[in-house]
Amino acid sequence: MRLTLRIWRQANADAEGAMTTYEIDGITEDMSFLEMLDALNEKLILAGDTPVAFDHDCREGICGACGVVINGDAHGPERTTTCQLHMRHFEDGDTIDVEPWRAGAFPVVKDLVVDRSAFDRIIGSGGYVTAPTGAAPEAHATAVPKPAADSAFEHAECIGCGACVAACPNGAAMLFTSAKVNHLNVLPQGAPERETRVLDMVARMDEEGFGGCTLAGECATACPKGIPLTSITSMNREWLRATRKAGR
Amino acid sequence: MALATRTDKRPSLPRTVWDSTVGKKTVMAVSGLLMLAYLVAHMYGNLKIFFGPGTFDGYAHWLRVVGEPFLHYTWALWIIRVVMAAAVVAHAVTAYQLSRRDRAARPTKYVHRKARTSYATRTMRWGGVILGLFIVWHILDLTTGTVQPGFVPGHPYANVVAAFHEWWNDVIYIVAMLALGLHIQHGFWSAAQTLGAGSKTRDRTFKTLANLLALVLTLGFVAVPVAVMTGLVS
Ligand code: FES
Repeated sequence: MRLTLRIWRQANADAEGAMTTYEIDGITEDMSFLEMLDALNEKLILAGDTPVAFDHDCREGICGACGVVINGDAHGPERTTTCQLHMRHFEDGDTIDVEPWRAGAFPVVKDLVVDRSAFDRIIGSGGYVTAPTGAAPEAHATAVPKPAADSAFEHAECIGCGACVAACPNGAAMLFTSAKVNHLNVLPQGAPERETRVLDMVARMDEEGFGGCTLAGECATACPKGIPLTSITSMNREWLRATRKAGR
Repeated sequence: MALATRTDKRPSLPRTVWDSTVGKKTVMAVSGLLMLAYLVAHMYGNLKIFFGPGTFDGYAHWLRVVGEPFLHYTWALWIIRVVMAAAVVAHAVTAYQLSRRDRAARPTKYVHRKARTSYATRTMRWGGVILGLFIVWHILDLTTGTVQPGFVPGHPYANVVAAFHEWWNDVIYIVAMLALGLHIQHGFWSAAQTLGAGSKTRDRTFKTLANLLALVLTLGFVAVPVAVMTGLVS
């Protein structure tokens, strides 16, 4: 395949960026989107240019490191991560626009790389279970009802890639935060910190400068792991419950 | 092996609500639902115009004496007006603050843009502004009569007929009611999510309910100017 790429190039956080056009040939449909970028970078390096910086790690859709906006869609046209997106979803001769996640809370570091440490700080504010360390507890000591286990698992699928924020017209992190809150709040292990968790994580999310939810639903459409929009509804319910309890 | 325990004092309930985006959305949802309940009653009352001037004017009079002798003349009406004014202000202020925040949270637009969310979702903000302006016009037109030359206080039937004899006024009302329908379609369903009432199994129910409310209110409100225009009510 022969493609025209228009990629956001920005030398560093303070530099002015711009869309830069590249022509590339010899792309096969079995390549992943990142392999296509690798091929471009090889070409750039051989020509003495700076390669395009992009985040990636596992390249198997589980780490959440990769993620760019492709033709206006976070992670591109398929419901998957950028590393798992294959070039067969594009046509020979296509022009593809590649941009970094855009959000006030995700400043661009370089080219397609953004700083997503705001997510880490949201996790740090309550996305964990406080438990004494030591030997692993006996597996049957805490019974987990099947629906709770299923719900926790569904939310635990969130890989924190940030596609929800990138897709949201308000740059909101509600889907991410709700996935993390619900994952632990439905489990008995998460119960002791159920209220403080949701209150602290939502407060941290707001402090980081993410927008508010207008239920546009873009996040759930973009999510490569299929976290449902109703996850936000559940977090709202948890938040209201915790606020009422804390007010007493 | 002591565990760290939180001992810090949490802010008061109103503070928590007002300082949080989720809390502000809750204020929007509650005030929106209050206004919605009022609108259902308002639309129902409007339809009495089809039973003639006696019924319509009689209903308007009853609104002033309802609750007597416990409440004084027009007190019930004033209580409703105060609650509605408070709801409008709360809804508008939180919407304004959240919108400003949302814009700041997405400072750079994408070069490759796509229109994706539904029309109702995209028009919530400007649709809301239009509705706010319409409320002002509507009060000046049919409550105080300030902008209506032949307005006679105490004769709502005649006033409504006179108001809707102007074609441009019909246009204002019909456009505003279409905007209202769109606003309710996304707003009602959103309020359900914000208040935590939605779930995967109930999602269809809330969506249907939102569409139904939007449709019934728009048709119910638009029926009056259309009836005057076609001479059904005169
Ligand atoms: S590189 Fe790990 S999810 Fe894409």
